[in-house]
Amino acid sequence: MTAQILSELLAILGPQGLISTPDEMRTYENDALTNFRVMPEAVVLPTSTEQVQAVLRICHRERIPFVARGSGTGLSGGALPVTGGIVVSLARMKRILEVDFENQRMVVEPGVINLDVTARVASRGYFYAPDPSSQSVCSIGGNVAENAGGAHCLKYGFTTTHVLGLEVVLADGTLVHMGSQTLDAPGYDLPGVFVGSEGTLGVATKVTLRIVKRPEFVQTLLAAFASTNEAGAAVSGIIAAGMLPAAIEMMDTLAIEAAEAAVHANYPPCGGLLLVELDGPVAEVATLMEEVAAICRANGTSEIRVSKNDEERMLVWKGRKAAFAAMGRLSPNYIVQDGVIPRTALPAILSEMEQLSAAAGLRVANVFHAGDGNLHPLVLYDRRIEGQEKAAEQLAERILELCIEKGGSITGEHGVGEEKKHMMGKMYAEPDLATMNRLRCAFDPLSLANPTKVFPRPRMCGEQPGEYKPHPIEIAGLAERY
Amino acid sequence: MRSVEPQTESEVAEILKRANQEGSAVIPRGGGTKLHWGNAPARADVSLSLARMNRVLEHAWADLTVTVEAGCTMAELQRTLAGHGQRLAVDPLWPEKATVGGVLSTNDTGVLRYRYGGLRDLVIGATLALADGTLAASGGKVVKNVAGYDLPKLVTGAYGTLGVITQATFRLHPSPKKTKNVTANFDSLAEAQRVLLRVLDTQIVPAALQLRTNGGATQMDALFEGTEEGIRAQIETLRQIVRVSEASADVWQRPEAGAKLSTLPSRIAETLAGLNGTAVMQATGLGWVSSSSVDSPNLAELRKKVESSGGSLVLMGRRDGLDAWGTPGDTLPLMRAIKQRFDPRGTLNPGVYLGGI
Repeated sequence: MTAQILSELLAILGPQGLISTPDEMRTYENDALTNFRVMPEAVVLPTSTEQVQAVLRICHRERIPFVARGSGTGLSGGALPVTGGIVVSLARMKRILEVDFENQRMVVEPGVINLDVTARVASRGYFYAPDPSSQSVCSIGGNVAENAGGAHCLKYGFTTTHVLGLEVVLADGTLVHMGSQTLDAPGYDLPGVFVGSEGTLGVATKVTLRIVKRPEFVQTLLAAFASTNEAGAAVSGIIAAGMLPAAIEMMDTLAIEAAEAAVHANYPPCGGLLLVELDGPVAEVATLMEEVAAICRANGTSEIRVSKNDEERMLVWKGRKAAFAAMGRLSPNYIVQDGVIPRTALPAILSEMEQLSAAAGLRVANVFHAGDGNLHPLVLYDRRIEGQEKAAEQLAERILELCIEKGGSITGEHGVGEEKKHMMGKMYAEPDLATMNRLRCAFDPLSLANPTKVFPRPRMCGEQPGEYKPHPIEIAGLAERY
Repeated sequence: MRSVEPQTESEVAEILKRANQEGSAVIPRGGGTKLHWGNAPARADVSLSLARMNRVLEHAWADLTVTVEAGCTMAELQRTLAGHGQRLAVDPLWPEKATVGGVLSTNDTGVLRYRYGGLRDLVIGATLALADGTLAASGGKVVKNVAGYDLPKLVTGAYGTLGVITQATFRLHPSPKKTKNVTANFDSLAEAQRVLLRVLDTQIVPAALQLRTNGGATQMDALFEGTEEGIRAQIETLRQIVRVSEASADVWQRPEAGAKLSTLPSRIAETLAGLNGTAVMQATGLGWVSSSSVDSPNLAELRKKVESSGGSLVLMGRRDGLDAWGTPGDTLPLMRAIKQRFDPRGTLNPGVYLGGI
């Protein structure tokens, strides 16, 4: 990057807003997927939409690729810098701009932390529903980029369900307002495609969120089973009974052990642990909880515990949410995988994973969002043992192939990013990917926004970028617009 | 206009490809119930009916998903799902005729939206036939999936201007065990809105909640679903706020509407003040203004008011001198760029959409 461009950036952002020495940029070399690292040319930390626009205009003029970054907790390398590019950190744009309780909406800047959204409205009995396990540190902007989920999206939906509108700076610096405070803004559902686009369609600078009234009552049931098979059968029973719990989570022996070691959640030792949370009116939760317990008993549970208060409930969740990080207690290294299957394929994929694990001589711990078929297998390995890392990567990848074979997806919430882009061609056919690329080209014809991510190989956008061409009959005055 | 009724998606693709090459404009249709929505097409050469592609391809009831061809009627789909005690939680107009593809393309949702979200929140996969004959799948068959762009959302409400939906996959919900409707009466819309906002701030969770008004006298209706005990307890809570009486399901009959209105829940009364006609507004802020009693100047006036406070008014039926969509925002160039990339020759429903797209 030339000194000229750096000084332009400095003029826009001031000394607090620009980092360009390798030492200081070390933090930005990677996100939470640490085996990929790229040193950026510069990191900018804008404090306003105008600064983001000014930076992207320079990028556009100079053809410099850029990568937007929130808290850097992403698990697929979405915020990994691009060679020769800059990182746009939104961490300093963290104001809550508007809270509208009457209409159950908020407007926040992208750097606001997920839990801080709820914290701001909790006193009036509201919360922000998407709850990724990293919610105490991850940012709304990152949640938007990844369409973050969480344990409770079974009932409440994903980030995309809770984003009503977005202020976005496009790759050429243009500012647009997608969606609206109100529903069904006329035109294409741009928030629908922007949320989950992994930073490839622009940079969000304001987000209008929906907030939800806290349910009257929340109760969590823990049920211990001999294996994940019985636990899985109980989940099927719950779904077949016509219930939609707020969350259904499952953990296997290894995951339970790790969570126990880390936070002493007091889980019963067993082969398959089910965690079912119901919420709603007290009277309804009470009735349905009895039904859930009956289904668990019918499937051979050895122990049932129903939370008696919020404290007990929080402890149960603490164990679950700590499960990934807790793996460090069982193994020096591990890969967090994220795949999805139709829920009914669970027994089949678990037994196949068991065989793969045995064949590779590697332990696999399992944590699932069992209600929606989202698996998080954790492949444990030791980098110091030659060949193990490679074997672990292969095993993790084979699990994704199994997910595809079962009619599922290579990612349920962590995103494609850098890590899984080579798997996209296994999940989608070439015309599918080419069609998605048309969308990308409409937003960013020069491929500057996080250009090397999501798709298996760089794609050019071809001719006719950007400009709208009127149809000949318009020119002839035979049809008019507006 | 020539009519074609393909039976397979490759036939759809072939028809589109040929029309695209020869510069013909294609008007996709399902049951033909909403062809009068949107602006009049600038050109119309081929009527492409999906009516014969009407199979429910896979009802994976244990996974709570269904994959269905675009020409299947909503009623037929719901009957299939009901066989396993499930439903697609939307209630669009004219379900006996309206097809899955048409309902998705026009984004016609009903009163269940309050609890279950819109079509955008329920559609998880779609196969599209593009104007150049490309067949593209996107999304998938699992509820949770963030691999690639969410094109099913892009084509929801796109009026077929980006591609023809040939099949779609939805997440399903269990049918409610019990339901109950209650109604409250108010002398003024302003008072009804005050009560509505109080109800929204409670912990009761109706499946649907709406105001029916002629600008003065107003009814508030609530639909409760779930267990007997849960419904009873919620109605008790509601009664602490307002006097309600049990009502029939008829209160949810959608009116013969002239326009779809979108505003903030707190602005319903202000928006409809002086309305010369009747309206039904959902607690989501979405609603419908009756067609019979509201004339075009009235609608134009209403649109101005709604747009100035961040809302929108979209026609459900054409009116001379009134654009179907209203004033586009700063995203119009981007929307045109998307159209240009998907359908550069303007083959699909030209001129029907926002900003002449």
